[in-house]
Amino acid sequence: MTSSTPHHPARRRDDRRAAWWFLVPVLAGFGVFYGYPAVRGLWYSVTDYTMLNTPSFVGAENYSALMRDGDFWNALKVTAWYVLLNIGSQTLLALAIAALMHRLTRSVVLRATLLLPWLVPNVTVGLLWMWLLDTNLGFLNHLLGTVGIGPVGFLSDASLAMPSIAAINTWSYTGYTALLLYAGMLQIPQYLYESAAIDGAGEWRMFRRVTLPLLRPVLALVLVVSLIGSFQIFDTIAVTTKGDPVGATRAIYFFIYEEAFRFFHLGYAAAAAICLALILGVLTAVQMRLLRASRSDLA
Amino acid sequence: MIRRSRAGAALLSLAVAAGLAACSSSGDEAGGDAVTLDYWLWDDNQKASYQACADAFHADNPNITIKISQSAWDVYWQNLTTQVAAGDAPDVWTNQGSYYPQFVTSGQILDLEPYVKADNVDLSQYQAGLAGLFEKDGKRYGLPKDWDTMAVVYNTDHLKAQGLDAAALEDLSWNPTDGGTFEQAIAKATVDNNGKNGLDPAFDKTKVKVYGFLPEWGDGSQGQNGWGNFAAMLGFTYLDKNPWGTQFKYDDPRLAQVIDWYKSLIAKGYSPALDLKSTLARDALLNAGKGAMTITGSWMINSYLGDSAKVKFAFAPLPAGPQGRKSAINGLSDAIWAGTEHKDEAWKWVKFLASSDCQDIVGGNAVVFPAIKTASDKALAAHEGKGRDVRAFIDQATAPNGTFFLPITDHGSEVSKIVQDAIQSAVLGRTDSATALKKANEQVNALFK
Repeated sequence: MTSSTPHHPARRRDDRRAAWWFLVPVLAGFGVFYGYPAVRGLWYSVTDYTMLNTPSFVGAENYSALMRDGDFWNALKVTAWYVLLNIGSQTLLALAIAALMHRLTRSVVLRATLLLPWLVPNVTVGLLWMWLLDTNLGFLNHLLGTVGIGPVGFLSDASLAMPSIAAINTWSYTGYTALLLYAGMLQIPQYLYESAAIDGAGEWRMFRRVTLPLLRPVLALVLVVSLIGSFQIFDTIAVTTKGDPVGATRAIYFFIYEEAFRFFHLGYAAAAAICLALILGVLTAVQMRLLRASRSDLA
Repeated sequence: MIRRSRAGAALLSLAVAAGLAACSSSGDEAGGDAVTLDYWLWDDNQKASYQACADAFHADNPNITIKISQSAWDVYWQNLTTQVAAGDAPDVWTNQGSYYPQFVTSGQILDLEPYVKADNVDLSQYQAGLAGLFEKDGKRYGLPKDWDTMAVVYNTDHLKAQGLDAAALEDLSWNPTDGGTFEQAIAKATVDNNGKNGLDPAFDKTKVKVYGFLPEWGDGSQGQNGWGNFAAMLGFTYLDKNPWGTQFKYDDPRLAQVIDWYKSLIAKGYSPALDLKSTLARDALLNAGKGAMTITGSWMINSYLGDSAKVKFAFAPLPAGPQGRKSAINGLSDAIWAGTEHKDEAWKWVKFLASSDCQDIVGGNAVVFPAIKTASDKALAAHEGKGRDVRAFIDQATAPNGTFFLPITDHGSEVSKIVQDAIQSAVLGRTDSATALKKANEQVNALFK
């Protein structure tokens, strides 16, 4: 996307120095709000910090305890399950909606409406759906009841709770994801569709052969961003199930939160957070590589 | 960050000190400097009562002002721990049994025993046992402010329609084998879509319209709102000693019996299955007419008998088990932060909070039952003045051997999670109750090694 002018005059050295000055606000913010806490978190992860004591160094004890902690592995397992459900449904739906918007209508009202659920604060979304999905008082169970089904324990049945939470967040984020993908589709030159149409390709074929391959860099970015976001599932769980039933929705972020601010095992929680950061880093790198995100076929 | 904020605080205090010095040099007021004490509590229903206490206290001690901060239960302990860690805790705060041990262990609470001795505070004026909850190794970490006990709350119109009036609920019996007359009442109160109750042979347990009894499954390691009371009626005790025990007894077969009885209620259709339970609180379900009865604490009186209730509720005593009728009793206290700069002023305030001067005000507002016995009577009278029958709670508190204390130990919140998960997995049928509780007990006791 950067313009590549063939001839540019030799840059004066001062430019770079000036550039650093422009970067200072961002770097300072990054240092204070990300860098410093990250380093501090790394330190806490090798201590027995409980907030009320003076942290003392315990080596890799937190990490080895984590490896033996069944709850930690369960948290990773249920998080992976959530990510799979959420990313799967959200991306497919968003792709479908974006393609429809791209090829059928370009109504601004429709686009704005799609964003509405994303604009509602997560806690409100959680409360809203907790009432709608409630086993005894929920509207959805009332509807199911009128056709003779249920009641269904959407948020209280161990096998349904995580899929329900994934569905809630899919509802909330699909519009936003669709809009990102739609913006990516707008970059695909129109003439490709025209020539594909002349060659006799139908809409489905065009989607598979033109849209999808050319959307790849944007899709990769969307996947990476939503994968990281999805791993950070917290607020919906904190509002609706609080990790119940029996840890079925105790996702990794909620696990870390409970260890840190309910049991005050700050050192242990920091170690879990570092593990999560490592996992996310590896996943992102793998994804970027597999999807060749930095290169476009639109050359 | 810390260094900077310390420097900031130092600068600020210098400025304040300079200001104060300027003040005191210009004026020649007697009676010491003006002090503002921070006081924290979590219950918004009680804030007005304690503000009234603070005003009365300020009238007697014009140089001490009390600044009350209230934050919801869910964030109260996080906020408090963070403030303590930052070295900026409130001078005085409200404490509760499961959470205060961590502050004792980390040396953050001032020992009040020397003050109590010096000022001859009469500890026998409080409801029996409450003062002892905040004692450890001869040190005293708080003075009692109030107490709560448990009772059965029920939907009066629904139960009347099923032929159960207040008199029928006054003296129910319970045992873990067939549930006694309490289970009979629960069965009667359970109604299916065809209007048949749980005792009717034609009762359809797959189409229940109103559940007779709503269990609380998010009840931590104590079962205050249910199983703990029944287990106590079988002779179960949580710990080798309370407070400050280190050996839990969750593997007691009597506790497993209680959980099995709860499971039998679900199997019979009298209670909602755990995987079909509501994510909403029990009072919401009772108000919506989906449940007929549950066990609740005296802190909920104003929710059930107040203006916000959508149906008419009344309280009945807990049923009596094989070892009599027993209710959990829990008490709160006020503690002084060990790091406060105004220890003497804070003690004056705590002493006032724990005196009948303040507790009569609190009792008169009929929000909670104050720790001082005579102030509790005032609360009862105030409730009666409003036409509310709350005797079930008071009778239970004053009955000989009618109450038991909830466990006070280190690692309270970890124990809570472990035991609650174990009980839920037993109720979901993943393991049997005895195995789940035995495993949980091993995990819990390992925390103390």
